Amino acid sequence: MLEHVELFFKSIFIDNMVFATFLGMCSYLAVSKKVATAVGLGAAVIFVLAVTVPLNWLLDQYLLRDGALAWLGPEYADYNLSFLSFILFIATIATMVQLVEIVVEKFSPALYNSLGIFLPLIAVNCAILGGSLFMQAREISSLGLAFNYGFSSGIGWFLAILAIAAIREKIRYSNVPPPLRGLGITFIITGLMAKGFMSFGGMLTGGDEAPAPEPTTAQKVEKDKTTLEKEEQDKAVSYNTLVKE
Amino acid sequence: MALLTKKDTKLILDPLADNNPITIQVLGICSALAITAELKASIVMALSVLFVMGLGNVVISLMRNIIPSKIRIIVQLVVVAALVIIVDQVLKAFAYELSKTLAVFVGLIITNCIIMGRFEAFALGNGVWRSFLDGIGNAAGYGIILVIVGFFRELLGSGTLLGFPVLGNPIEKTGLYSIGYENNGFMLLSPMALIVVGLLIWVQRSRNKALIEEN
Repeated sequence: MLEHVELFFKSIFIDNMVFATFLGMCSYLAVSKKVATAVGLGAAVIFVLAVTVPLNWLLDQYLLRDGALAWLGPEYADYNLSFLSFILFIATIATMVQLVEIVVEKFSPALYNSLGIFLPLIAVNCAILGGSLFMQAREISSLGLAFNYGFSSGIGWFLAILAIAAIREKIRYSNVPPPLRGLGITFIITGLMAKGFMSFGGMLTGGDEAPAPEPTTAQKVEKDKTTLEKEEQDKAVSYNTLVKE
Repeated sequence: MALLTKKDTKLILDPLADNNPITIQVLGICSALAITAELKASIVMALSVLFVMGLGNVVISLMRNIIPSKIRIIVQLVVVAALVIIVDQVLKAFAYELSKTLAVFVGLIITNCIIMGRFEAFALGNGVWRSFLDGIGNAAGYGIILVIVGFFRELLGSGTLLGFPVLGNPIEKTGLYSIGYENNGFMLLSPMALIVVGLLIWVQRSRNKALIEEN
């Protein structure tokens, strides 16, 4: 239970899709001129993420990852199809979006009218594919957590686009330097908001103890390199001993 | 210039400045921001997009008369996904460390809106050679912004370019550091990417007043 709560708040605030990883920036910038449309798109993103991330989790778990095909029989245990994940994930997303569109149109015309125009946009929103790819990269361990991750990341995205749309509605009345108007000032405001969201980083550590520094990518690569080198040395040693014998 | 007519040159040169995909058309922002903390990663990303866009535009242009318009988005996605898988596998094989740095952002080339945007707007309605040039031009326009942002973020953030120290050594206090210069570590964090792109837009629009938006 606790891990669900932790993942929920972490995905909304700390790993916010827009401010920490820049996912879905294109539609974020293009559709944030009015609060009403921003809410529509945000709701559609929450919905599609909550459906596609668990689906792609199942695909990853039972089809793609190293040894995932073991349930077919022991002779399939050493297949690794993970290079296919891009194409399968995007296919799932595209079909799901079409399916959702058809179902919503059939059963709830009112919802379709408010949400429908955004659905085709969403198939190519990087936030959706990014959600699935990050789910795979972070090795989310159960179906429930995957659903939680998709849903809460969607909420984070929703909050971000709602906030920027509200700010952009107000900024119309201020005197922005002409070359910065429109896109430029939106970028800078988003930067400042991202800076604000960075302060949530201390939320889960309790605040008293210093947070453990997260290894940067460079350090991770460094670590990978040292393990690789070690493996190579081990190999060389065993080879040498073989030769001696 | 027999190979390139005047119109063809325009296809390549236009996206580099006044019709730039990032700063004017607002496409493909996600990857432009996330991986520009280092110059090297930006260059590799720009080349990957160049490859995917050039080839993708050619493939879509070849198939433009046989794709039913109802399912064209899915067809386009499959074409891009196949090309991106090639890029990803090549990177993993020949530049493993870089592919770790770029992580999921190689996969996100699939949903890079520049690519889908050019497929829809150009390759579906134009011949193969012109589509190829359009793809190269737009990818180059995208790449230029990436390289500029990567250059400033790496130079000001860690004092290096492509990993080589150009401002002196911060620990032994040589070069610029001997007169009290400090690296601005904040440049490496995500908010500064947004602000640097914002400033770039400011510079570009101050030079060309025609691009100014109404608010």
